[in-house]
Amino acid sequence: MKQDILVKAVDVTKNYGDFCALDKVSMEVVRGEVSCIIGPSGSGKSTFLRCINLLERMDGGAIWVNDELIGYRREGNNLHQISDAEISRQRRRIGMVFQRFNLFPHKTAIENIIEGPVHVLGQSVEQARERASVLLERVGLAEKANHYPSELSGGQQQRVAIARAMGMQPDLILFDEPTSALDPELVSEVLDVMKDLAASGMTMIVVTHELGFARNVANTVTFMEAGKVVETGLASEVLSTPKSARTAEFIKAVHS
Amino acid sequence: MTVASASPSPTDDKYEIAHLRLVPKRHIGRMVAAAIVLVLLAGLVRAFSVGQIEWSYVREFLFAPAILDGLTNTLLMTVAAMAVGIVLGVLIAIMRISGNPVLSYIAIGYVWIFRGAPALLQLMLWFNLALIFPTMGIHGLIEFRTVDVMTPFVAAMLGLGISQGAYTSEVVRSGLLSVDSGQYEAARTIGMTQMKMLRRIVLPQAMRVMVPPIGNEVIGMVKLTSLASVIQYAEILHNAQIIYFANTRVLELLLVASFWYLAVVSVLSVGQHYIERYFGRGSKSIKTSM
Repeated sequence: MKQDILVKAVDVTKNYGDFCALDKVSMEVVRGEVSCIIGPSGSGKSTFLRCINLLERMDGGAIWVNDELIGYRREGNNLHQISDAEISRQRRRIGMVFQRFNLFPHKTAIENIIEGPVHVLGQSVEQARERASVLLERVGLAEKANHYPSELSGGQQQRVAIARAMGMQPDLILFDEPTSALDPELVSEVLDVMKDLAASGMTMIVVTHELGFARNVANTVTFMEAGKVVETGLASEVLSTPKSARTAEFIKAVHS
Repeated sequence: MTVASASPSPTDDKYEIAHLRLVPKRHIGRMVAAAIVLVLLAGLVRAFSVGQIEWSYVREFLFAPAILDGLTNTLLMTVAAMAVGIVLGVLIAIMRISGNPVLSYIAIGYVWIFRGAPALLQLMLWFNLALIFPTMGIHGLIEFRTVDVMTPFVAAMLGLGISQGAYTSEVVRSGLLSVDSGQYEAARTIGMTQMKMLRRIVLPQAMRVMVPPIGNEVIGMVKLTSLASVIQYAEILHNAQIIYFANTRVLELLLVASFWYLAVVSVLSVGQHYIERYFGRGSKSIKTSM
């Protein structure tokens, strides 16, 4: 292997009844790179993202993260579904940031961040708090450590959510439309944190409508439509000189 | 605007009202209603004071050892039956939403059966279990005589607790359903197992919805334990009855018992307020109402 592939998806397929949400989606993400997935709503972007950390079960295909098959164990010619405990173990290495933040409302910002490290990874509370303070500092919310999510703006909540994902020291963070639920003036503070995270070498897969972010930060961009990958390639090429007419049309529509 | 108010004549003091006295509106209707209710209340108080109630008996028995023992047993039964009810309620609710069809239907059946019979009847069923199962135990390993096991305490705890479990499971279930699916996903995403997710993330949030109705159920249970007097459990009403069978001061002793029920319920109501506040932490609506 020349490049260090962190995420490798092969022919991922997902059906809801008769509706085919994902139709043989394949993708590779190199360690340390940022990959953006763009496309109209209902194109399967989020569903694909959620297959990577098993929030959705795929009906066909396979995903490897860090060379480990997600959700299955291979024994000879058989694939066995792994246990719930094994699934939880695989998820620890894969962070996720949601469109609607999903912070734990009964916990303060810092408690949200240390929840996983303390109760899943078994770190001591002091150690986890220390690391969480550094993370809060990094997302610019050191002074909000003891605030509850309901006392924070959407942008602040999302930054805490990013810090929560980072607190698990994952190999990879998935972003599911992280700025779509935000008031327009709060978008940039979240994108700035994500840029900083990308610069630090975190591998990120970002489902987004922010083409500016994709252009400036992403290494690769994938355009999906109707459950299929239409086009994938270097960010600059896909966004500036798309090969597919459909991609060009979408980019033009988003920009105007 | 300013142009329009050209030059008001000096005699026009229509707009000079700052120095006038404000006369509050009189609520005649309210006063009449209050007066009527107060008169009725006074009549009631008088009726009790001239009625054939020997208040000295009420005073005498209020702190009588038998009454205080009964009070202790009432509280003990409330805690025991409620503990059974809550444990079963959580278990049944989790079975119901588990996605395992067998567990789910058993949970539905449980609620159907135990919500479908009066609590008093269930108490008597447990108490008389020996009539159909003279002995109980695991075949060949251990065996007890049912009458030894099914004491009034055990029968009352099971009867009240199991029927309470049917109600509590519905409260727990609505609590679990009230938690946003995003919370489940966020908990899974940080690698929590199912049990840890329920314990650390879902139940604490469900509590906010569950505490007020469960508080009501605890208060209801305090009074429901009086049913156990029927199967000879020595709770406060039972002990009051024993005393008035001897001294025929029926109403006085019933008043003694009602005093204690009211006292316990009052204390619990205050406690409920603080518990609700604890589980409401992080929630805006509760914070502002504090």
